[in-house]
Amino acid sequence: MADEYEVPELPTYIEIPDINEGIMDGEGPFKSSEEFQAPLGFPGEKVENWKEKAIDKMADLKSKYRSVQVFLDMCVKCGACTDKCHYFLGTSDPKNMPVARQDLFRSVYRRYFTFSGKYFPKLVGAKELDDEMLDDWYNYYHQCSQCRRCSVFCPYGIDTAEISMAAREVLDVVGVGQKYCNQILGKAVTVGNNLGLPEPALRDTLVDLEEEVEEDTGVPIKYPLDQKGSEILLVTPSADFFAEPHIDGLIGYGKVFHQDGVTWTLSSYASEAANFGMFIGSYDVMRKAALRIRKAALDLEVSRIIVGECGHAWRVAYSFWNTLSGVGSGASDEFALKLQNQLDSRYPQPQHIIEYTYNLIQEGKIEFDKSENDHRTVTFHDSCNVARATNMGGIPNGQFILPREVIKSVCNNYVDMERGTIMESTFCCGGGGGLLTDDLMEIRIKGAMPRMQALKEVEKSDGVDTLAAICAICKSQFTKVLPKFDFDPYMIVSVHQLVSDAIVLEKPEGSDSEVEESTEVTEE
Amino acid sequence: MADILGAPVDEEGFLVNLTDWTKDIAVEMAKGDDIDLSDEHWEVIDFLREYYEEYQIAPAVRVLTKAIGKKMGKDKGNSKYLYSLFPYGPGKQGCRFAGLPKPTGCI
Repeated sequence: MADEYEVPELPTYIEIPDINEGIMDGEGPFKSSEEFQAPLGFPGEKVENWKEKAIDKMADLKSKYRSVQVFLDMCVKCGACTDKCHYFLGTSDPKNMPVARQDLFRSVYRRYFTFSGKYFPKLVGAKELDDEMLDDWYNYYHQCSQCRRCSVFCPYGIDTAEISMAAREVLDVVGVGQKYCNQILGKAVTVGNNLGLPEPALRDTLVDLEEEVEEDTGVPIKYPLDQKGSEILLVTPSADFFAEPHIDGLIGYGKVFHQDGVTWTLSSYASEAANFGMFIGSYDVMRKAALRIRKAALDLEVSRIIVGECGHAWRVAYSFWNTLSGVGSGASDEFALKLQNQLDSRYPQPQHIIEYTYNLIQEGKIEFDKSENDHRTVTFHDSCNVARATNMGGIPNGQFILPREVIKSVCNNYVDMERGTIMESTFCCGGGGGLLTDDLMEIRIKGAMPRMQALKEVEKSDGVDTLAAICAICKSQFTKVLPKFDFDPYMIVSVHQLVSDAIVLEKPEGSDSEVEESTEVTEE
Repeated sequence: MADILGAPVDEEGFLVNLTDWTKDIAVEMAKGDDIDLSDEHWEVIDFLREYYEEYQIAPAVRVLTKAIGKKMGKDKGNSKYLYSLFPYGPGKQGCRFAGLPKPTGCI
């Protein structure tokens, strides 16, 4: 438990490290057992004929996903990606250069699927799939957060994340799964959220929250659950119910809905925006999780679906929900069509909570007292999946513009980190892609170094003391790694916490919160 | 499989069978983390166990801090105080001592 890792120094400029071969060699994260593999349809342990099954699965992926084959074929080893990965910069292990990590998979692909690799393997760097290779896959594909920063710099646009996902899918199919992701997915597809939070616990947590918010503000703001006929279904990461600082963001969403005067609800059946099916590369599991949201939307008869602050959820929602589940257009099965008819086409479906709040600000529907955030100097961390896989607001670069505009509408002091570390070039928090587990703490700390370096610079130059994010994983990861780099762990906040702190709430008629507050004090 | 006082624990030190839990096991787990369990620790552990009994899940951080604030005084109803008791996190370390499963997710 008390493992202490060497924390990288934060340099003034990031330099390409001298390589240290094998420094991150290891067994990788805890492996999944029968208990967590079986519910997802994966074998409980490494199967006897694993090699044959792995090659079959590679062939299957090659035929299903043209992109994977193209990415495996087209790399020219130019090296543009080598120094773009936060895990390479933080660890100096050459296998964490994106090209080298991809090559663990690519060399096997060459050996079994290309003419030259079959007959002249040595000439083309083709390698056998043996136990050692499979171990390397497991270890190093769990040192990739699928953040796709390297892809931005690849002249061919090779998507490393897709190769990591493919490798993880092959691993799952042969029975070598990761405990963290698969245990969580089991809960998501049975209970309805990653935490395994059952309906009564969720309900009582929300009731508690309502009490707390009313005590704080004097306004009866509701956090409704399973309210059939509401206009909006909010799908948010379950960490928003459970963890800090996440919950202050949830409080903020509620205040914004309240001020807009819409009816909204959460669902106990689909109480999770996150979809780890993407991390493990499994379309089937990803679809299973997404279909819960469709069922909830149909059952609750909502006309809009809004997604809370969760990075990869927004990628799944924005890019995949249309064909996965029929939110948006694309899918054509009976239920998808039913949902498409039910959802109000005057609004984007799905919509991000940032887009929703941003629109209200533009329309002048919500007001802020920005001075409430005057004690902070804020910077924004672009979460990788939002930054590099989605859009907001339907305008070019909207995914960078909207969150910053929302923050600037509620805060007077805002500073961006160095340009090469934000927006499309953002550095991962270090815990994305299914790596947010204690058994990967070493890689999480080391991989956080480039983000921490950029943060340190704005702390020095502008006195930045607040880091805002729109991803549950980023928020949890920062809470853990910030103190390792001599930052205050409480400096990480949800963007909607900043909104929450500054929003001007209409008090119910006849109430005077000043008086109420002072009575409360005397009672104590 | 490793064990604590004969009760099997998983690779992360959590009890495999939640019914194996005894106070001695909690004390032994805490010793392993260089913590002497005080009355304050026990207040938290007892609350975690009661909550789990009712809901089959660990309480949300805000639910826990609020409950502890009510029991032990408002100045203690915050996560900073709970972290001072359980440096590895009231959720994870606290749950382990209390014999609950590890809360996992994006937390």
